[in-house]
Amino acid sequence: MGYDLQLRVWRGDAAKGDFIDFTVEAEEGEVVLDVLHRLQATQAGDLAVRWNCKAGKCGSCSMEVNGHPRLSCMTRLSDFDRAETISVSPLRTFPVIKDLVTDVSFNYEKAKEVPAFAPRPKDPDGTYRMMQEDVERGQEFRKCIECWLCQNTCHVIRDHEENKPAFAGPRYFIRYAELDMHPLDTNDRRTLTDKQAGIGLCNITKCCTEVCPEGIKITDNGIIPMKERVADRKYDPLVWLGSKIFRRGE
Amino acid sequence: MTDIERHAYDVVVIGAGGAGLSAAIEAHQQGAKTAIVCKSLLGKAHTVMAEGGIAASLGNLWPEDNWQVHFRDTMRGGKMLNHWRMAQLHAQEAPDRVLELEEWGALFDRTGDGLISQRDFGGHRYARLAHVGDRTGLEMIRTLQQRAVQLGIDVFMECTITQLLAGNGRIAGAFGYRRESGQFLCFEAPAVILATGGVGKSYKVTSNSWEYTGDGHALAVRAGGTLINMEFVQFHPTGMVWPPSVRGILVTESVRGDGGVLRNSEGERFMFNYITEYFKAETADSEEEADRWYEDKRNNRRPPELLPRDEVARAINAEVKAGRGSPHGGVFLDIASRRSADYIRKRLPSMYHQFKELADVDITAEAMEVGPTCHYVMGGVEVDPDSQASTVSGLYAAGEVAGGMHGSNRLGGNSLSDLLVFGRRAGTYAAEYAASLGGDRPRASEEELAGFERTALAPFSEEGDENPYALHKDLQDLMQGLVGIIRTGEELKQATKQLDEMKERVRRVTVEGGRQYNPGWHLALDLHNMLLVSESIAKAALERQESRGGHTRDDYPTADPEWGQLNVICREADGGIEISTQPLPEMPEELKALFEEK
Repeated sequence: MGYDLQLRVWRGDAAKGDFIDFTVEAEEGEVVLDVLHRLQATQAGDLAVRWNCKAGKCGSCSMEVNGHPRLSCMTRLSDFDRAETISVSPLRTFPVIKDLVTDVSFNYEKAKEVPAFAPRPKDPDGTYRMMQEDVERGQEFRKCIECWLCQNTCHVIRDHEENKPAFAGPRYFIRYAELDMHPLDTNDRRTLTDKQAGIGLCNITKCCTEVCPEGIKITDNGIIPMKERVADRKYDPLVWLGSKIFRRGE
Repeated sequence: MTDIERHAYDVVVIGAGGAGLSAAIEAHQQGAKTAIVCKSLLGKAHTVMAEGGIAASLGNLWPEDNWQVHFRDTMRGGKMLNHWRMAQLHAQEAPDRVLELEEWGALFDRTGDGLISQRDFGGHRYARLAHVGDRTGLEMIRTLQQRAVQLGIDVFMECTITQLLAGNGRIAGAFGYRRESGQFLCFEAPAVILATGGVGKSYKVTSNSWEYTGDGHALAVRAGGTLINMEFVQFHPTGMVWPPSVRGILVTESVRGDGGVLRNSEGERFMFNYITEYFKAETADSEEEADRWYEDKRNNRRPPELLPRDEVARAINAEVKAGRGSPHGGVFLDIASRRSADYIRKRLPSMYHQFKELADVDITAEAMEVGPTCHYVMGGVEVDPDSQASTVSGLYAAGEVAGGMHGSNRLGGNSLSDLLVFGRRAGTYAAEYAASLGGDRPRASEEELAGFERTALAPFSEEGDENPYALHKDLQDLMQGLVGIIRTGEELKQATKQLDEMKERVRRVTVEGGRQYNPGWHLALDLHNMLLVSESIAKAALERQESRGGHTRDDYPTADPEWGQLNVICREADGGIEISTQPLPEMPEELKALFEEK
């Protein structure tokens, strides 16, 4: 059942690196992460790979497989021809630490910029009542496993380091959207989503939605509604007038 | 010595799963300067994989549910070996902790009235698990993570702690390294909370992630602490069995809670043949009654598929052994023929996804193949039930790494609530302890640090002949084969002997490459912990001459009332594990009375 798989793995660090060819034994039903583990155990003990649950639930083992952003634990070898060489490289948008591991701290910095959840007071009986259909909109975004594949593929920052300071990226647009749609939250984050998170830079090419392993409709259900809400606020003449008269808003 | 990065805190929490984050949030709120140190990126801890829900007697669907019923279920599930006080605190405080998560932004599934919905699970008398589809752990960790970030708690990601620092028998801090660079770190802190989770990576078939190398268990023992109940390892009845690369990945108990049944190769619902005397009164004895239960829970008893996990795992094991298994050595878990495709996709989205993506199986159309997988260790650091303080001053433990709460077997759903309740308690008491010391803080010696540094670097310099990956595989084979779901005295003796040999081998482990993000080196260091924990499990299992919960001895097949009054304790002596027993704490009369009614 086993066969020899041709694997081309990027190895190196921040200073330099290159693809190295390996022949690794592969078994039926395996995923890319399995053969990387076998490579570690048999040929390259110090090969750096970030992973955790190996079940598509934690979002740690993100990398590029034949140039496509993927979770390596959910990328099955049976999707490829057995004779094909599979190449594996680190996420391109983030600085390489070593081999397949990148420095994803950009995302954790952006997380710190999201203003906190601010719920309304509880009902008199000490609970919150919310209807299932109202929580479901936010629940879709809370399926996010923070694998950063959408951040990695987003062309606003993929090859534009200069955009990073002003752009939070798709993962955080759905975080803002989730809070905006949260039945209990009282903050208005529209100005912030525009000014600080830079949602205006997104031109809805939907690349993020395509790579999302959780199938979250990032663009259609998150970004576009948020853009509309931001636009409402910005261009609604009454809101504009109100903000001038009462000096509110900014 | 110039090579060590230094930090000073009041409280250092090791681990960033549900327990670690809860502990850190609470310690911070109590005013302690707090740091979280975790082996993975923030938000990736094993809690993320929990599926079913958080057990708490909110009473949203069953007003007759309350902490007393939850307490009783928990004790009976653990075959009365639980520390009664932990089980009591857990049942009393779980509802408040769930509501607190909601205040911090968690979006649970709702009842028709708009309250938090609750689902049925094995061993719980009422539908009790607050949940979000079948990804409750993700919701919990994200909520806690976002809360911790909002509070501005310092997080040291991808750092491994290898040693605790002690001064005159009191905790002085922790020593470790940054995985990314290999840089050594020293945290000076009078209070350390272990929240490192479990030990599953010592087994071959496990639902646990790579982080589960028993670090906290080993750190506590090396610091002079004790472990309790280590012989009790939970094999979850339903892990994936095919293809080989996913063997062990969890299939949530919710599949059964939502209507799925177990069948053997002959199509028989075999669980009806495995209803023990202990659970007879509350379990349906015909398929008709079991099926009616899903619709009318008041007038029917529960299906036997929802017996506690130890019972179901042993039954599956017996069916496979008797030759009535599925093609790949499991049994069939069937929900496809019992529920509509829409219902299944709505209630079990991640299970649908997992089988579709990894096994080419559409669970709305065909049965899953499942078998037992090493899932959870009931044993852990011996702690005071109220404060989670270990026997070492300044050292606390919460969550899976702590022992006592679950007795000999944990009920599904009681883990997430355990993390919240005891994580918070550990945070409260650790912060209070740190504050009580004033300026009188223990200090670690520089020689001690230098020694830790040498030990950590040993795999680079020694001219050994052992590969860490090969040794790890051998350990997993050994534990799976000799200290697994069914045990015998002979095999356990063999296991301890072989573990002694492995302790020699681990000294000769050598790794290639440098200190920067080197998984071979990381594994070489983790192996020391895995070996110590494995030795504890094997020796405790040999000591306990009875079968109870997550410990089944073929040579002592029944529960023994005398053993039911004893805990097995592990402590370090002469570089190995020394075993002793001590009596269970006595339960107060008013709690005992809860077990007299039906």
